Amino acid sequence: MMTNPGNQITQGQFSFLPPLTDVQITAQIKYALKSGWSLAVEYTDDPHPRNTYWEMFGNPMFDLKDPAGILMEINNCRKTFPNHYIRVMAFSSVRGVESPTMSYIVNRPKTEPGFRLVREEAEGRSIRYTVHSYATEKPEGERY
Amino acid sequence: MASETMKEGKERYKAGVIPYKKMGYWEPDYKVKDTDVLAMFRMTPQTGMDPEEVAAAVAGESSTATWTVVWTDRLTACEMYRAKAYRCDLVPNTGEGTKTEAQYFVYIAYELDLFEGGSIANLTASIIGNVFGMKAVKALRLEDMRIPVAYLKTFQGPATGVIVERERLDKFGRPLLGATTKPKLGLSGRNYGRVVYEALKGGLDFVKDDENINSQPFMHWRDRFLYCMEAVNKASAATGEVKGHYLNVTAGTMEEMYKRAEFAKSLGSVIIMIDLVIGYTAIQSMALWARQNDMILHLHRAGNSTYSRQKNHGMSFRVICKWMRMAGVDHIHAGTVVGKLEGDPLMIRGYYDTLLDTHTPMNLEKGLFFEQDWASLNKCLPVASGGIHAGQMHQLLTYLGDDVVLQFGGGTIGHPQGIQAGAVANRVALEAMVLARNEGRDIWNEGPQILQDAAKWCGPLKAGLDTWKDVSFNYESTDTPDFVPSATSSV
Repeated sequence: MMTNPGNQITQGQFSFLPPLTDVQITAQIKYALKSGWSLAVEYTDDPHPRNTYWEMFGNPMFDLKDPAGILMEINNCRKTFPNHYIRVMAFSSVRGVESPTMSYIVNRPKTEPGFRLVREEAEGRSIRYTVHSYATEKPEGERY
Repeated sequence: MASETMKEGKERYKAGVIPYKKMGYWEPDYKVKDTDVLAMFRMTPQTGMDPEEVAAAVAGESSTATWTVVWTDRLTACEMYRAKAYRCDLVPNTGEGTKTEAQYFVYIAYELDLFEGGSIANLTASIIGNVFGMKAVKALRLEDMRIPVAYLKTFQGPATGVIVERERLDKFGRPLLGATTKPKLGLSGRNYGRVVYEALKGGLDFVKDDENINSQPFMHWRDRFLYCMEAVNKASAATGEVKGHYLNVTAGTMEEMYKRAEFAKSLGSVIIMIDLVIGYTAIQSMALWARQNDMILHLHRAGNSTYSRQKNHGMSFRVICKWMRMAGVDHIHAGTVVGKLEGDPLMIRGYYDTLLDTHTPMNLEKGLFFEQDWASLNKCLPVASGGIHAGQMHQLLTYLGDDVVLQFGGGTIGHPQGIQAGAVANRVALEAMVLARNEGRDIWNEGPQILQDAAKWCGPLKAGLDTWKDVSFNYESTDTPDFVPSATSSV
């Protein structure tokens, strides 16, 4: 079990808040759409802090401007991968940004075992650190 | 008001002294070129001096002039090399009938070829090299500069930039959270790392060395680096987030700074830190190193207030922001508005815009006297640090926006329930406020209620709000903009 405050992975914008309701998620979708951003849904069963590329639940929804439609995609992903981490991301294509502008978790596995810190003693008192995800001891798709 | 420049020729170069105005340094009809470097000074001339003559003297002494005529000018394209003072306006609310003696806003244009590419040291040696000590001025302040695109393109700019920093850290859509380890002096490496671990595990993104933490008898630098990286990695594993600690590599020599930076890199740190006092060239060198070593470069503005705070003499902090973005740092302390350090809200917004915009329009209210095209130089992340706490979250988010590091040092470490609880309080306050703002709520007015609502389910936030509820720093700013919104009235 994770021992940090909240006992869960705290990536994303809203991991310190109670789980977002569909109404709250819709409000965030509207904010992104109003800002001119495109939304995307991504999922993974390897939440390593440096696992940049979560699987895409389809391409970013560049042409979908209906918050209800986007929420439907999020819920489809939740139905398909109920025990995975799922995040909603927003992308801006404006010059000077051209990068993600939002990222928040909307689904988690029932239990979050977290990570082990592996220390490899190196020269002098230096230590090489590796963050190891307990879940990845099992093969992909069988982790939670 | 026509130029009074003497015609080039024998008379102009007769040995002796002639007014700067006549030597070609005052050209009210000058047409500014896109490639000119522009500077705007706030000038207080000696009593009785003609302000235009003093303006010409500032232009002259910051470019080609000396106190007397020299015939060797005639060996050069001297008209081109001369800086031209082209505008001299009385500052609103100064001079006759006011409490302040007359000050003038003086605009000067410099030919691009006066400067070496890619060198802040060379640029500053001209612009602020000699003129601030001239007897003809009682006081002089560099208020703003316009750097032409052609010159900007000779600079690397921020080693990482805001966009790539966010991608590397995997943190989007909210301000980053930090804290400075306290007490800043006296902790052993082991004790120091404890603060870092608790704050990061609790929910902060960064912890930071203070500006004067280098390698002192109570904690040598290698010890600090080793313990801090243990704390960073342990907290990263505990939370599943990328975490960092700004390891201050400031030292007495470049050789020593490179050595410390290399060690930080070998330990896997994502960020290092330097102080403004190491000097412009050293900062540029560290920025090159940071770009080549995938390192975020944090700059603490140690020392700046000695010359940036007083309104009549020195230089505005917005100019330092411009130079530091060119020099290539990724973070710079740029004010909090609501905290313990100096800052008028609009002036601070001007600094933030200078660091973050791809194009800054002229905006006199914000103290931005020139339009500035940033020529795709990376963005530099402002850092708000000093006397801020979770209870001000709605004000901080309104004033400063998302692209900022909010540093709650005392506001984390001084929390009554401990450092982790302090970090939780700050992170919950931040996330609740970002969520509410995105939902379209009026956080400026509803902010205190939003925090109280979150405090109902978050004990650490409640304790934090109760502890610091009455703390604010309401002093009048010494550095405020002076501008004339229309031709007739002044502020």
